[in-house]
Amino acid sequence: MLELIDTYWLYFLVGQYPQGPLGGLALTILLSGAALVLAMPLGLALGIARVSPYRAISLPVAGVVQVVRAVPLLLVLFWVYFFLPALTGVKTSQAATMLIVLVVFDSVYLAEIVAAGMRALPKGQLESARSLGLGYGAALRHVVLPQTLRHGLPSIVNQLVSTIKATSLGYIIGLSEVSFIASQINTLVFTQAVEVYLILALTYFILCFGLSRLAFLLERRLQRRTLQAS
Amino acid sequence: MIVLDKVNKFYGDYHALVDITERVEKNEVLVVCGPSGSGKSTLIRTLNRLEEIDSGRIEIDGRDIHAKGGDVNALRAGIGFVFQSFNLFPHLTVLENCTLAPVKLGRASKAEAREHAMQLLERVGLAHKVDAYPNALSGGQQQRVAIARALAMRPPIMLFDEPTSALDPEMVGEVLQVMRGLAGEGMTMVCVTHEMGFARDVADRIWFMAEGKILEKATPQEFFANPRHPRAQQFLADRRRD
Repeated sequence: MLELIDTYWLYFLVGQYPQGPLGGLALTILLSGAALVLAMPLGLALGIARVSPYRAISLPVAGVVQVVRAVPLLLVLFWVYFFLPALTGVKTSQAATMLIVLVVFDSVYLAEIVAAGMRALPKGQLESARSLGLGYGAALRHVVLPQTLRHGLPSIVNQLVSTIKATSLGYIIGLSEVSFIASQINTLVFTQAVEVYLILALTYFILCFGLSRLAFLLERRLQRRTLQAS
Repeated sequence: MIVLDKVNKFYGDYHALVDITERVEKNEVLVVCGPSGSGKSTLIRTLNRLEEIDSGRIEIDGRDIHAKGGDVNALRAGIGFVFQSFNLFPHLTVLENCTLAPVKLGRASKAEAREHAMQLLERVGLAHKVDAYPNALSGGQQQRVAIARALAMRPPIMLFDEPTSALDPEMVGEVLQVMRGLAGEGMTMVCVTHEMGFARDVADRIWFMAEGKILEKATPQEFFANPRHPRAQQFLADRRRD
């Protein structure tokens, strides 16, 4: 196993880079990170729109949410990969395809988390903020959302962990992320499938568990702040 | 200062406020009482447009509160509102609860807002709790912070919607004491409350409401000694029996 790591660690980390496109673990982390960074503000906006008092805004968003939620990620991946170039006339790279799909899915799921949190907050919070003269936007920003996001943190982390794992579906369109590279290594070595996939599993575990721990620590710090007695 | 003209409000078929035409004068302390479901909370909530009205007009200092396209935020900033359930912001400290609106609305610099909030918290007896979070306070303390938070906008009018109804009996007094202090300084106040002792001592006038109508308007002396409307007589008799 040590020999395996010794031979292939660089390939596992970055794929064929710099001879070819960036791949491996670096690509997986980059894709997950970019998806999260892009999906967070989008999910926030969609979530706020979802609970908008104006039906002209909330209904279309509800429609999008229902459709995306009811379709497998893999299927959307195929759609974007095969149909989008036909529409735009430009070939979309595997990485770009994966990123688009992840952002669409993440923002929809995050929107649901945000919307659920906003609905669950006692109505008096928005009312008292408005009664002080704060506008709807200011009341959301300073009163509603800070509480919603704090309560929703465990669900949000759940979604982020799912995102990291979902990048492995890129395998199916030949995206050279870490799962794809692992199977390449397996083909090259041939006799050490258990070890190769064990290392792969461990890699995902470290990424996801690390993120959960980070979120847990953040959550505990926030909680200690609000619960502390004077 | 507050003028209501033929105000009507419906919840579906239910007529919650029926043709209410009334005035509240500057520096007046008005107590609104009546059985539950009589429309008193609905009435006070229409005064800062937490509830819309279906017809009529409400003016405060000559400004139409329910005007289409009016700047409702600017109007609300000049009307303090105290809720039954306190509604402090749990993610902010006591001090931050009191400085949020003045700072974000550009009414005061951070330092000014802080200083003013400290004065107000001192006045409601909670200067030692400025850095506490609301969860660490008793109900009575939370309600006093809520009053300080409303006062931080320096409103000329304060509205109280059953401010002591969610409190344990032993905490009612500390909140009423703060309200008495405000009344003594000439604050214009509308208080929906079941505290008849407060009404008797502090109110300049009492409105008795039932079924969305103001059935009786009287001074506390008249109201308690000699209620005219049968519903008011019944209401007071029930209160005495408690």
